[in-house]
Amino acid sequence: MTNVAVDIPPGVRIWAKLEGFNPGGSVKDRPALRMLQEGLKRGELRPGKTIIDSTSGNTGIALAMLGAALGFPVELVLPANASIERRRIMEAYGAKTILSDPLEGSDGAIRLCRKLIAEDTERYFKPDQYNNEANPLAHYETTGPEIWQQTEGRVTHFLATIGTSGTVMGTGRYLKERSRDVQVIEVEPDDAFHGLEGLKHMASSIVPGIYHHEQLDAKIPAPTDEAYEMVYRIGREEGLLVGQSAGAACWAALRLARTLERGEIVTIFPDFGDKYLSTNLWQGWSDRAPRFADDRARTARNPDVRVAPGQ
Amino acid sequence: MPVTVKVPTPLRKFTAGSESVSGSGATVGALVEDLEKRYPGIRERICDEQGRVRRFVNLYVNGDDIRFLQQLDTKVKEGDEISIVPAIAGGRA
Repeated sequence: MTNVAVDIPPGVRIWAKLEGFNPGGSVKDRPALRMLQEGLKRGELRPGKTIIDSTSGNTGIALAMLGAALGFPVELVLPANASIERRRIMEAYGAKTILSDPLEGSDGAIRLCRKLIAEDTERYFKPDQYNNEANPLAHYETTGPEIWQQTEGRVTHFLATIGTSGTVMGTGRYLKERSRDVQVIEVEPDDAFHGLEGLKHMASSIVPGIYHHEQLDAKIPAPTDEAYEMVYRIGREEGLLVGQSAGAACWAALRLARTLERGEIVTIFPDFGDKYLSTNLWQGWSDRAPRFADDRARTARNPDVRVAPGQ
Repeated sequence: MPVTVKVPTPLRKFTAGSESVSGSGATVGALVEDLEKRYPGIRERICDEQGRVRRFVNLYVNGDDIRFLQQLDTKVKEGDEISIVPAIAGGRA
């Protein structure tokens, strides 16, 4: 990150790991694969089983993709207000999607998934991303070593946004084993009421079994509005179209950077932004400057809308 | 005129846990002001300092998204159901 980071102290650099380049389009490919591999190894995932989990989207996409490749049917429970692109991608991979109450959020999806499994236990294999140690293990085995290698051991701070917490827990554990001085920092929404798809405000949520905050060094709460603004800046100033959690991670990394004299900060950008083009992140309220040229027609009806010059 | 407001889980701390409350107002904007009187602090979660609805918040009147109607000026009548839905999956145990 250079252009958005132009005002940080000269001895500090921010690196973003672009997990959108994974085959399924997100960081979740890693834990999804590891959890299925563990299931196959233990014989819990075997012919005749259906893969099921609750997911805000990226894990579902990864499971749907892997289920198609491995030949297993997949059912995914997600809140009805997850973006339409995610559902369509999962269904394109052949998965069945079950929508839970949007007012109940991702915890509502977790509860509905448990209910479905209870009704037909034998049928299902649940990777259980919130409680399965294979989730952080995937990051301990891959994400961590890649960061260590790619920074040639110079990483001083690792930041990751938390949903299941797998990324920060597993990557953090690896990095701290390589160097005790590495600081591992979690980034979460600053309030229970937020617009950061996939992330969890831990104090108000069902806490994942794999989350052990005592192993982490710090927490940075990220406001949704600032995370969204950062997504727009990253697009315009760095030439990257990323998702909102990347916006939150970058915002937090900049905040951290300004407090340091020296540092190699590494953060994760969990996915790219194509999946969010239909969401509030881009399809906003027309009382703000329109983001896209064809929004002008919609806002032209409202004479109070001001369009910034050049847009 | 009384309307029903469906409250998402993360905002129920303002409504003493209720998922469904009553409110009144001729428009959605007036309704938000009314909710603030009954449940202080809730408006700040829904709107920014300029009184505009925050980007990630959606408000529906009988299932219609007010972003595509008249936003906060959207009219509300007795018996309507207004839903406050964050544009994402957050959650409470």
